[in-house]
Amino acid sequence: MSAPADFEFDDGTLRFSGELTLARIGDLPQRLAAIAQAPAQIDLDGVDRIDTVGAWLVHRIAREHDARVIGADEDVCHLLEQIAAADKPLKIRPDPSPPFVRVLREMGDATAVAGHSLVGLLGFFGATVIGLWGLVTHPRRFRFNAMARQFEVVGVTALGIIGLMSFLIGIVIAQQGAVQLRQFGAEVFAINLIGRITIRELGVLMTAIMVAGRSGSAFAAQLGSMKLAEEIDAMRTIGVSPMEALILPRVISTVFLMPLLGFYAAVVAIVGGGIFCWVDLDIPPITFVQRLQEVVPLTDLWVGLIKAPVFGLIIAMSGCYQGMQVEGNAEEVGLRTTASVVQAIFLVIVLDSVFAVFFSSIGWI
Amino acid sequence: MARLNTAEGDTVIHVSGLRNSFGDQVVHDGLDLDVRRGEILGVVGGSGTGKSVLMRSIIGLQTPLEGDVEVFGEPMIGREEYEAKQVRRRWGVLFQGGALFSTLTVAENVQVPIREYYPQIDAQLLDEIAAYKVAMTGLPPEAGPKYPSELSGGMRKRAGLARALSLDPQLLFLDEPTAGLDPIGAAAFDALIHALQRTLGLTVFLITHDLDTLYAICDRVAVLADQRVIAVGTIPELLALDHPWIQEYFNGPRGRVASDAARREAAKDSRA
Repeated sequence: MSAPADFEFDDGTLRFSGELTLARIGDLPQRLAAIAQAPAQIDLDGVDRIDTVGAWLVHRIAREHDARVIGADEDVCHLLEQIAAADKPLKIRPDPSPPFVRVLREMGDATAVAGHSLVGLLGFFGATVIGLWGLVTHPRRFRFNAMARQFEVVGVTALGIIGLMSFLIGIVIAQQGAVQLRQFGAEVFAINLIGRITIRELGVLMTAIMVAGRSGSAFAAQLGSMKLAEEIDAMRTIGVSPMEALILPRVISTVFLMPLLGFYAAVVAIVGGGIFCWVDLDIPPITFVQRLQEVVPLTDLWVGLIKAPVFGLIIAMSGCYQGMQVEGNAEEVGLRTTASVVQAIFLVIVLDSVFAVFFSSIGWI
Repeated sequence: MARLNTAEGDTVIHVSGLRNSFGDQVVHDGLDLDVRRGEILGVVGGSGTGKSVLMRSIIGLQTPLEGDVEVFGEPMIGREEYEAKQVRRRWGVLFQGGALFSTLTVAENVQVPIREYYPQIDAQLLDEIAAYKVAMTGLPPEAGPKYPSELSGGMRKRAGLARALSLDPQLLFLDEPTAGLDPIGAAAFDALIHALQRTLGLTVFLITHDLDTLYAICDRVAVLADQRVIAVGTIPELLALDHPWIQEYFNGPRGRVASDAARREAAKDSRA
């Protein structure tokens, strides 16, 4: 390998030597910048090799001091011409806006996005209802196979994970409740806690969160990638309604399955809590069940079962809605999938609090 | 006398006895190929003949089952990461979709390889290098601060080319550079590659399906079929061969149109 890039300066002539390339340039740019006097000509005769970075440095000095370049062969002259032709100012990154303006703009954007997606979701709900009415009036268009497939994906395959989650939650409630109630010698009230909270609230709520993470996100990702691959456009051209073929089966199956899964989750949580009571608090299962019958009113079950299909509707709708909103590139699928889960869980919790107020006010406490 | 920073030696890439397979499907078996210094070598072959796999084997994204790959006279198979890196910075790769980093602007994309290999380059020079690289690939100055998602397909390829050229490579790999471009954009991109190759003294390894590209800019063409390179040569040399695939490829309706177009273009040049 030959010498690194170097230069000497005498009598108005800047003589470069060595390899004027990116790899061998070293601190040459800084040393060049330190030259006090303006060169009248630049001699490249001593240079072994030159690449565009070297040519750029030569061009920059020649331009600044209006210097002449000598000692370059035909190819290098051509390179220097091309570099000179490419000498155009360029912005590296977009101009940063003042922080205050940026914060305001981001807040505005976020508000607009939130508003748009709420309005869009409402519109989508309307479209779903119309689609549903189409199914009611033309029952033969009902897609039994698609529905059965969704029942399996959303419901049957979720049984394992929801069961495990609920079982552990039942144990946690029993254990935490027992620790606190023990201070008053009222451990037996742990049964009230387990029974009421799982049937009324946690069974359905935790199931909703799991279904949103498992199925709502899958809806968004599936529909989103179908949209990207123009499958949905192809469906429309063939005359198949994406609403009937894709969205309704998903929405209907989730609406039906949420109460079933929520009830299942509550039962498994009670089993988990019951086992804890038996092992840790020495409450035999028969006593546990008797006590449950006494303390859990039937209205608690209704509260859970009424909320569940509404939650299912919200999860399926926001998954399908976000999926159908995908446009452009694959990155969008990821963003929309995340958005669908966040939106679904947020709306579920908002509605859950609305339900809590409502059921209390009609006396189902 | 100063001269361009071109590769040394006559053979830049030397591939011998290459064997690649995915499961039971053998892609390459005993593949040999030499790429000479300063040429644009076009690589053609039907779909699934392993053109991209060949490129990935050469640039080290895929380890072949058997065979040797030498680039710039250095063996590439089983090299230490550090040594491979020293060779790797002497080539640039343009992937099919441009493969720009989506979180960086075009200009920042061009700067990434320089920052990685030459952290001592100061910020001002770095910005100037990005500026002239972007301009050299024919992008307008407005493209610099844009993000890849804001660019059209053709601009994205030009930006990808600017990034591939950012380390001033001696060897350039192009994977279907004109795929997905309209005919005018494709012709302009061919002209750009040709001009850059002349200006920078590059050796170019170019995978393509585009017959116009082959006629317009390739010095030699390598034909991949039957898991090997069945022929390498100029297009007239290939046409003299009797292989059915080569005959069908160059003498099919599209091949004839491309060859007529190339002839007209040559006639226009000689008149001018």
